[in-house]
Amino acid sequence: MVEVDSDLAARGAPAAVGELALPAPVAAVRGAIELRGLTKRYGDETVVDAIALSIAPGEFFSLLGPSGSGKTTTLMMVAGFVRPDGGAILLDGEDIAAVPPQKRGFGMVFQNYAIFPHLSVFENVAFPLRARRWANGAVAERVSWALELVRLGRFGDRHAHQLSGGQQQRVALARAIVFHPAVVLMDEPLGALDKNLRFEMQVEIKEIQQRLGMTVLYVTHDQEEAMSMSDRIAILNRGRIDQVGPPGEVYERPANPFVGRFLGEANLIEGTIAPQFDDGTRLVLPSGHELRAPSGSRCSGGAQGMLFIRPERIEITPGANAVGGPRDNALAGRIRRCAFLGNILRYAVDVDGTAPVTVDLQSAVGVAPLPAGAPVVLRWPVADSLILPAEP
Amino acid sequence: MNGGSAALRTLSPAAAAAPPDRTLLLLLPAMAMLVLMFFVPMVLFFVRTFIEFQGGRAEFIALARDLLFSQPYLTALATTNWIALTVTLAVLLVGYPIAYYLTTATGPSGSIVVLAIVLPYFTSIIVRTFSWMVLLGEHGLVNDTLRAIGVISEPLPLMYNRLGVLIGMSYVLLPYMVLTLYAAMRSIDPLLLRAAEGLGASGFYTFRRVYFPLSLHGVLSGALIVYILSIGYFITPALMGGQHDIMIAMLIDRELEVAVDWPAAALMSLSLLAVTLALYAIYYRVTDVRRLIGAR
Repeated sequence: MVEVDSDLAARGAPAAVGELALPAPVAAVRGAIELRGLTKRYGDETVVDAIALSIAPGEFFSLLGPSGSGKTTTLMMVAGFVRPDGGAILLDGEDIAAVPPQKRGFGMVFQNYAIFPHLSVFENVAFPLRARRWANGAVAERVSWALELVRLGRFGDRHAHQLSGGQQQRVALARAIVFHPAVVLMDEPLGALDKNLRFEMQVEIKEIQQRLGMTVLYVTHDQEEAMSMSDRIAILNRGRIDQVGPPGEVYERPANPFVGRFLGEANLIEGTIAPQFDDGTRLVLPSGHELRAPSGSRCSGGAQGMLFIRPERIEITPGANAVGGPRDNALAGRIRRCAFLGNILRYAVDVDGTAPVTVDLQSAVGVAPLPAGAPVVLRWPVADSLILPAEP
Repeated sequence: MNGGSAALRTLSPAAAAAPPDRTLLLLLPAMAMLVLMFFVPMVLFFVRTFIEFQGGRAEFIALARDLLFSQPYLTALATTNWIALTVTLAVLLVGYPIAYYLTTATGPSGSIVVLAIVLPYFTSIIVRTFSWMVLLGEHGLVNDTLRAIGVISEPLPLMYNRLGVLIGMSYVLLPYMVLTLYAAMRSIDPLLLRAAEGLGASGFYTFRRVYFPLSLHGVLSGALIVYILSIGYFITPALMGGQHDIMIAMLIDRELEVAVDWPAAALMSLSLLAVTLALYAIYYRVTDVRRLIGAR
């Protein structure tokens, strides 16, 4: 083990100032995680309900959900701190139920960093190595490699309380990867940082993950964070997985209204699902107006349904003549209000027989927003529409 | 005071924004009590002693030297420190696991332990010492029981010796250690232990590298407070000790009550007070007293 590690450390030795020396991207072979019917109950409440997941080696996988959705409990069961009431956790095909947390060999980053306050930055990062009884020389080499990686090379002697939040977060990250774990578990690691720093750290974490080829299981309630970093996302809702998929897929093709709303602004226009027609599904609004979506929706005719469309997919034009074509849906409405959000203008448009529709337009210099009350036509591609079953 | 702050107000608007801190006035009754009932009698005792001393400065220094290097005093000094040290260690060894248990305990079992620790704390020390004498005496509960079940034929010498003093004092001083340690341990973030464990540390390694170092200020505070209380102890060693277990406080008492040698008693008291204050200075350095009583 030590030989392999020193080899990796040699590859990771700092090369030039300003350039981070990292091992070349390696195809990960270890670090596959599989959850089978994982369940946790507290009293009568089932907080994690038969979750099944398969995470590939080297994958950046996020558990995304609101608070109380069971995402942290799931992570804590994988880490070994919470005992499951049912199901199995497999690491590279082996059940690790009986393995205590310290023997699971995961790197961990916690929400509040959990930096040891009585140890220097160096000793914090060295902690996992010393716990594994590494020799002093190897520890020093590896710790300086990890600190370079998170750009804290000169901070080894500092104490935790002398560091800013972002720096503490880097220490926690260095500490989690210093022993080259195949899997790193992260529990809302950026939750305590302000927005700009959070974005910066997202980029860094993603970069390090890719270069080291490690599997990351990442817990967050921030959908932008999950989408910007993840290879795949599992959206959790009340202890169950509502959908698993790459960011683009879960954003564009949500499995249900909850997922659609949770991942960003979403229009969910309610109506009755009409029987299938040749090349799609139709939704009839209470006003009698018809909207179309490609077929493939899991909805039967006659049931209540919702047409899902992202606000940025909708075009808005002045006028009152709303006639949809075979490729376009169209709705007539009146501007209710317009909000300036910097890069976009967000319109709320009143439409007959449904809740106001949200439309996002790129804001451009010199373009005056449409005034409230102006009659407009909303138009969007049928291909971008999705008909979802109504919420129970 | 008001005039002063008015003057400040004209000079500096920043000073005017902060009104004078009158909360200090709340300490007046306590200060008055401390001064009248502790400070004044003590000063009077020392002053009276030295005023009544017959002889010049050279004689006084000679007396002090003779006294502080006399065999009884040195013996008592050694005995006192030995007992204080042993009691401190014993209390630490017993108290540390109890305090840790309290930080993790929930529900009735935790409350029972807290009660068992705190209740004696509020009971008269004489009552507690006599209780131990009932237990440890030649015909006490312990010896009788051991004899009844045939473990021993002769009673064990559990009292009127050093062992009795150590048992009695350790018991009486245990709550100070437990409560001090408990306060320190409760401030340790459990997440740190979880992090250590998650990063590959065994339970013992986590204790050695994380938990114990983080509880160390509590250990130091508890040890110092027990040591400080131990070196001034009187009742327990007087009642439970043998003829060789003379501590400094008992020696002072003897000088006052038996020998009626006030200068000697005053000198010894001064030396004890000096040591206590020095230890307290250390205690103050290692302990944030406000944190100890739960403030953040």
